[in-house]
Amino acid sequence: MNAFPSQRPEKRLRIATATLGGCFGCHMSLLDIDERILELAKIADFDRSPFTDIKHCGPSDIGLIEGGVTNSENVHVLREFRANCRTLIAVGACAINGGLPAQRNPIDIGDLLREVYCERVDENPQIPSDPELPLLLDKVYPIHEIVRVDYAIPGCPPSADALWKFLTDLIGGRTPRLDYAHFRFD
Amino acid sequence: MFPLENAETKQGLRRIAIDPVTRVEGHGKVTLLLDDDNHVHQARLHIVEFRGFEAFIEGRPYWEVPVTVQRLCGICPVSHQLAAVKAMDLIAGYERLTPTAEKLRRLMHYGQILQSHAVHFFHLASPDLLLGFDSEPTKRNILGVAAQFPDIAKQGIFLRKYGQEVIRHVSGKRIHGVGAIPGGVSKALTDVERDELRRDVDTMIQWARDAVRLVARIHTTHPEFYDSFGEFRASMMSLVGPDGALELYDGALRARDADGGLIFDGAPCASYNEFLQEEVKSWTYMKFPHIRALGAEAGWYRVGPLARVQTCDFIATPLAEAERKNFLAAGGGKPRHGTLLYHWARMIEALHAAETIRDLLDDVEIVGTDLIGEKGERREEAVGVIEAPRGTLIHHYRVGADDLVKYCNLIVSTTNNNQAMNEAVRSVARSFIDGNEVTEGLLNHIEVAIRAYDPCLSCATHAIGQMPLQVDLVDSSGALVSRRAKNFSAA
Repeated sequence: MNAFPSQRPEKRLRIATATLGGCFGCHMSLLDIDERILELAKIADFDRSPFTDIKHCGPSDIGLIEGGVTNSENVHVLREFRANCRTLIAVGACAINGGLPAQRNPIDIGDLLREVYCERVDENPQIPSDPELPLLLDKVYPIHEIVRVDYAIPGCPPSADALWKFLTDLIGGRTPRLDYAHFRFD
Repeated sequence: MFPLENAETKQGLRRIAIDPVTRVEGHGKVTLLLDDDNHVHQARLHIVEFRGFEAFIEGRPYWEVPVTVQRLCGICPVSHQLAAVKAMDLIAGYERLTPTAEKLRRLMHYGQILQSHAVHFFHLASPDLLLGFDSEPTKRNILGVAAQFPDIAKQGIFLRKYGQEVIRHVSGKRIHGVGAIPGGVSKALTDVERDELRRDVDTMIQWARDAVRLVARIHTTHPEFYDSFGEFRASMMSLVGPDGALELYDGALRARDADGGLIFDGAPCASYNEFLQEEVKSWTYMKFPHIRALGAEAGWYRVGPLARVQTCDFIATPLAEAERKNFLAAGGGKPRHGTLLYHWARMIEALHAAETIRDLLDDVEIVGTDLIGEKGERREEAVGVIEAPRGTLIHHYRVGADDLVKYCNLIVSTTNNNQAMNEAVRSVARSFIDGNEVTEGLLNHIEVAIRAYDPCLSCATHAIGQMPLQVDLVDSSGALVSRRAKNFSAA
């Protein structure tokens, strides 16, 4: 298992993470590094992330994005990450190609909503339409169709060991490489 | 109409948003409407994501569904796999599982209860309880806890790791594995794997017990505060076993009112829609389930740990039952309704999960190799219900003779808590925000109340919104790929 280089970076790193149209499984896989998270904490701080109370992404070294782009809010969050993160990484199937949620892509969005909201509901069937709700996109888009992406880590989700190998390579100044065992698509 | 759900007029009110709600799973935001004197006129928890699983599952082969619906949620994938596979067992003609298959499914489920409760309490919620609701926001997270309370953080990390390893040994992967298949399970547990899990189980039971004591200790520092924070009277619902025991894998539905009286009992899962119905509101993606006989105003209820430890008559494992009795005694024997009591109940369940895992590992049938039941008559329709970490989870399917799904309806645990979470937000807004200068720390009080329910907001998303806006999708060179504007109406 890779360890961080003994030459620690001069300044503490900042890592930002976000879930767009995903299931949180990639974030859970990041927590699956288990006690190694304490190793990571010695050299890095988390910026915006579901694990912190920082609500907007500030200048960060590494941005990890889980999930595809399904609505207007996802677009805003993704652009904020791209503008603030030096290296932006698509983590998992949904960020890379839309993943399972993209199974809605062949269905007309109006039909989809009517089916879920009007046909399965006994009381007050209606499609929610409050201005507080972000606009849904016609399809689920992979993140590289909206912003430039530096790296992609496949998997549904990528394993903790794959994420660890990738991050230790990147932080250690090596070109990130995943060998066959770490490289999976399910 | 619920108090503080709708402001009488929005004229002259200012909007404060908590966006996004953090240290929860999925996408949510809270909006408050306040007047010039900071009085709260409206408070809402909005779920702002839609994925439409129920619709796009239609047309897929039934045997694929337990694996695909896991992708509703990365914290509780095992729950979705098991609820779906319980329905698909019946559809494929398997009325009964082999003892080994059922025990392996239970093992995986209790592994998930342990890991999910651990991640919620230690990684997501404990920063509020250990560091303070209005402590420094940049440090109010698991790493801040690790810096100040290294032993507690480590135990949390290892409890979760253990639960995840139980799941991996049964299903091949920690997240989105393939353990349960219609009719049984796909893999036996080897002696080597069982022995590896057995090695640490007593330590896990001890640490889970320590976690219950930790929450109980926090409560005894300010009992009035912890009992009354986000408190409101509510009915509660869960599965219970045939003997009235806390039962998380299989049972019948029971609901109690706020005083503990039975609303219904022994309700068969297959007829859930005779007991429950759902309502839609315009301002959130999440539906509002309630007990049909009581209607939307009176029929909403709570699910999850706080409901379960009070709907059941007892817990079958001794250490958890002792802690449940302590918990009830501390409330004077009456049903307890404080929102933060969820944490105490959740850790009692984590202890029960650890004890149950030990008992299953000690059962000789857990390493059996008879994994698939006897196949009988196919069915067209079935319902699978399970107690997920966050509460009652209902999967309902119809499958055609061509093996393709014709209908899918899901009532997800967090959806069951929709009204309860909104009530908790309003209760805290009344107590802490109303009439005060609004600070980050006070707003975090609202999130503390939401977090106590351990909401899984990705699971619960089924709808869409409209906004008067245009979204342009541009490629990396800046060229327009597509443009979407508000263009449809609620039909």
